[in-house]
Amino acid sequence: MKQASANNKLIIKLVVSVALMFGFGFALVPLYDVFCRITGINGKVDLTPATYAESSQSDRSLKIQFIAVNNESMPWQFKPNAYSMKVQLGKTYQTSYQASNMTSEYMVAQAVPSVSPSEAAQYLQKVDCFCFNRQPLKAGEVKEMGLAFNIDPQMPEYIKTITLSYTLFDITAEDSKPIASTNL
Amino acid sequence: MKRDLSSHILLSFIKKLAVFLLFIAPSTYADWQLNLREGVTEISRSVYSLHMIIFWICVVIAVVVFGVMLWSVIYHRKSRGAKAQNFHENVYVEIAWTIVPILILVGMAVPATATLKKMYDSSESDIDIQVTGYQWKWRYQYLESGVDFFSSLATPIEQIQGESEKTENYLLEVDNPLVIPVGKKVRFLITANDVIHSWWVPDFAVKKDAIPGFINESWVKAEHTGIYRGQCAELCGKDHGFMPIVVEVKSQEDYQLWLKDQQLAQAEKAKSAEKRWTLDELMVTGKEVYMKSCAACHQANGEGVPGAFPALKGSPLVQGDPGAHIDVVLNGKAGTAMQAFRDQLSATELAAVITYERNAWGDSLGDIISPSQIAKLKQ
Amino acid sequence: MSATEQTVSADMQHGEVNTQDTEHHHGPAKGFSRWLFTTNHKDIGSMYLWFSLAMFMTGGCMALLIRMELFQPGLQMMQPDFFNQMTTMHGLIMVFGAVMPAFVGLANWMIPMMIGAPDMALPRLNNWSFWILPFAFSMMLFTLFMEGGAPNFGWTFYAPLSTTYAPPSVTFFIFAVHMMGISSIMGAINVIVTILNMRPKGMVMMKLPLFVWTWLITAFLLILVMPVLAGVVTMMLMDIHFGTSFFSAAGGGDPVLFQHVFWFFGHPEVYIMILPAFGVVSEIIPTFSRKKLFGYSSMVYATSSIAFLSFIVWAHHMFTVGMPLAGELFFMFATMLIAVPTGVKVFNWVATMFRGSMTFETPMLFAIAFVVLFSIGGFSGLMLAIAPVDFQYHDTYFVVAHFHYVLVPGSVFSIMAAAYYWLPKWTGNYYNEKMGKLHFWLSFIGINITFFPMHFVGLAGMPRRIPDYALQFADFNAVSSVGAFIFGFSQLLFIYNIVSCIRTKNQATPEVWEGAKGLEWTVPSPAPYHTFTTPPKVD
Repeated sequence: MKQASANNKLIIKLVVSVALMFGFGFALVPLYDVFCRITGINGKVDLTPATYAESSQSDRSLKIQFIAVNNESMPWQFKPNAYSMKVQLGKTYQTSYQASNMTSEYMVAQAVPSVSPSEAAQYLQKVDCFCFNRQPLKAGEVKEMGLAFNIDPQMPEYIKTITLSYTLFDITAEDSKPIASTNL
Repeated sequence: MKRDLSSHILLSFIKKLAVFLLFIAPSTYADWQLNLREGVTEISRSVYSLHMIIFWICVVIAVVVFGVMLWSVIYHRKSRGAKAQNFHENVYVEIAWTIVPILILVGMAVPATATLKKMYDSSESDIDIQVTGYQWKWRYQYLESGVDFFSSLATPIEQIQGESEKTENYLLEVDNPLVIPVGKKVRFLITANDVIHSWWVPDFAVKKDAIPGFINESWVKAEHTGIYRGQCAELCGKDHGFMPIVVEVKSQEDYQLWLKDQQLAQAEKAKSAEKRWTLDELMVTGKEVYMKSCAACHQANGEGVPGAFPALKGSPLVQGDPGAHIDVVLNGKAGTAMQAFRDQLSATELAAVITYERNAWGDSLGDIISPSQIAKLKQ
Repeated sequence: MSATEQTVSADMQHGEVNTQDTEHHHGPAKGFSRWLFTTNHKDIGSMYLWFSLAMFMTGGCMALLIRMELFQPGLQMMQPDFFNQMTTMHGLIMVFGAVMPAFVGLANWMIPMMIGAPDMALPRLNNWSFWILPFAFSMMLFTLFMEGGAPNFGWTFYAPLSTTYAPPSVTFFIFAVHMMGISSIMGAINVIVTILNMRPKGMVMMKLPLFVWTWLITAFLLILVMPVLAGVVTMMLMDIHFGTSFFSAAGGGDPVLFQHVFWFFGHPEVYIMILPAFGVVSEIIPTFSRKKLFGYSSMVYATSSIAFLSFIVWAHHMFTVGMPLAGELFFMFATMLIAVPTGVKVFNWVATMFRGSMTFETPMLFAIAFVVLFSIGGFSGLMLAIAPVDFQYHDTYFVVAHFHYVLVPGSVFSIMAAAYYWLPKWTGNYYNEKMGKLHFWLSFIGINITFFPMHFVGLAGMPRRIPDYALQFADFNAVSSVGAFIFGFSQLLFIYNIVSCIRTKNQATPEVWEGAKGLEWTVPSPAPYHTFTTPPKVD
């Protein structure tokens, strides 16, 4: 009997750890997001506007490149209006991308930003960005999509060029669903 | 799936087997390359020397450890009358063989860290090229000069299926190679259009994953002109083995000439759309484009792969309204493997391939899709 | 089945010897229901082992199909999509169907006998955890006949290839993985409870045989990572069917996240497949060296530290995804550290043989080959750990060579060694030593011809998972294919040896081996249906 109750106690502990580890698997999703936001490990950029105001400006400047990518079967024309800019750290800049829906149907797109080198992501503050919202375009419509950003003067010295890319995904089908459902 | 275990294959299998059993190296392809390539960049050479250092350290350790073992196997066997000793612990020995490996590892880590740091140097580059992986080809966009093209496998299907002799660069040749100048720092901004790919050129020691929605970077400063070949290194679906990378490193002058040619050719392509094309001309171009861009899934005979890729032969879409057909080819079909070919092909190529699909395989509709019509849609 | 008769007669024999145990004494039921309802650890162990052997042959046939296609450049046998299905299924079946169940089978048979317990702690759970497996694998194999084919995205099933771009069979694959996971978790719980709670008086932890120790640590790894695997496939399921975007960038997810979660499971999984192998080899080498294992306690600590390190090195599978410098450095250093405890183990084995009195029966041959060939896999592992050089090795045949060296002459050889080592205990008969040696030498030669040239083609630049390759890789690939057929067909000898050992009377003594030490050698051969119904005295 003593054996049986000792077994039961141990089994309960083990089953609880299994359940916890199953939960931990899912907890890795937000943990990873938090971890990435802190370290910029994957070059993923915050999808929420920076509350950050213009900070102390610095004399340093660096080159920022803009890139547009269409994900598969995304037929829009999509390109940055400026391919690169020399920017001063701490100052807010405006630029824009142009998107045109060349199809004969109403479509909705979501732009997903990414920064390289990835550790630069956390220093790139977006004040306003078309990637914060999904972008609906009627058939044949052309739209200028604005972007305002500044770069934190804390940016490590060794980074001389950063690249900001936007990938345009077709989300017409999922338009009814909330975006960023895993971004807790 | 084709399980064509024809006697031909079986025979060649047996023949080869026989050859090997006789220890005669078949010299048909004769290239017994054993080691990593040194490559043509400073980085690739330091990677190579790192590889060799660690390899030799491993060899030395292996010789010592296996040597002791072999010694015991030979001299401490029962049949030689060896009596087992009693020792089974020795703190000093155990501490020693924990500390010594740690020291060796530190010795390896130092040069490795230095090389890795060099690879992560993000100083100003001379040329920036956006590299995008597609199922199953690469797209190269020169950010400064606007040159933009796709690069896909040039090996003909007959060679792959064994219907014609395989040539020297079998599976490592593309229609449009990436061209870069020698001695300049070229930065690659790598991403993907659909699934994860990986852009790898061994001679540059560059391998970076191309991830949809994310951008990665890598760079190269090639020291010698020449042609360097690589392949996609991340499983990306059916034709993962058929999307090679070819990089031509040219002298600065040749590179400038090439760049000008490309820009001219792009203008030329736009012009060719305005010309009047006959059905026959379109069919010839169309067949070429079809074999390159469509046959991998829809098959050369247009019959597709049941359950995976729909047949075009006799399909209602292809037989029906040209508008819908054009729409699918240009814009792709969401949720399927059908890509948007709007950017991948020129107006002429698109018109030709659509015309080809509508007229090949005996179900000839006789209609012509004109390049100018497509050019208008592409604008 | 003659194994049944053997055990039945053995049990009767045992009954004559041990008449006090009448209340516990009942033989196995007859016919199929014996196997279906059995709660006996030996029956369940045998079923696990037979199942694993069947899966090993199935996965092996797939490997031979792969090698046939790769025998020469060009597409001969199959289309690329079917090739991808073969590589995927081969990997999944070998990992989850062959290697893991084989070790669970060995655990079932040997752990109670080695610690002196009458059975596993949770016999009914034990029955379930086995009987889930045939269903899981039938479902998995059935996908081959589905429209769109079986899973074709590699055994690592990276998103989005395995989500957005997957064939419809992916849902069945996910359910199959869930079932295997549940089976492994139940098996692991059983092992832990048995080892911690069922030891007789005097069997303190630091007296446990190393096979038991390594299995205890393995079971904890299983408990910690199998739920994570279940989590990651559940997320895939939700992405595919319920519109979430864990792994799709479009909805705010991240395909790289998949790789992080997968490898958080995947790296410890690698050690789940090798730690029990360390245990087996640590049993066999002392027996045939007629000398106590060198550094018992350092073996235990080394195993534990390998298990611990396995949780902080996962991203070395992902050096090319574009991690920041700091991340690459951390995972590189942590990975290199694993070489230290692994080295300690190898040194201990060599020191055990040193100044022993060695004989070279089949289990010992397999164990020695294990030490040498596993070390070669370890060296290539160390090379792969160096991040800047890994950029050249990653996803090439060098990696294929590396993990086949640690898994085939590593895990699989240790399983074969274990089978020959304990067969006389299981069946009561000695196997045919000549045939055993023949099997060993053919396997040893076959395996090296198959996998050694893969190092070369990998370094020369051949990516993995491709159905066709450039001409400069042709010669070594042909060599590999020949080796694969030698290795594959010599496994028929293995089956023959097992079957003839069951059928041919060649009575084994209780000790079986001259130098064997441990409780399992104190019971008669074959081991009676019930052993240690009264706890043994341990001094």
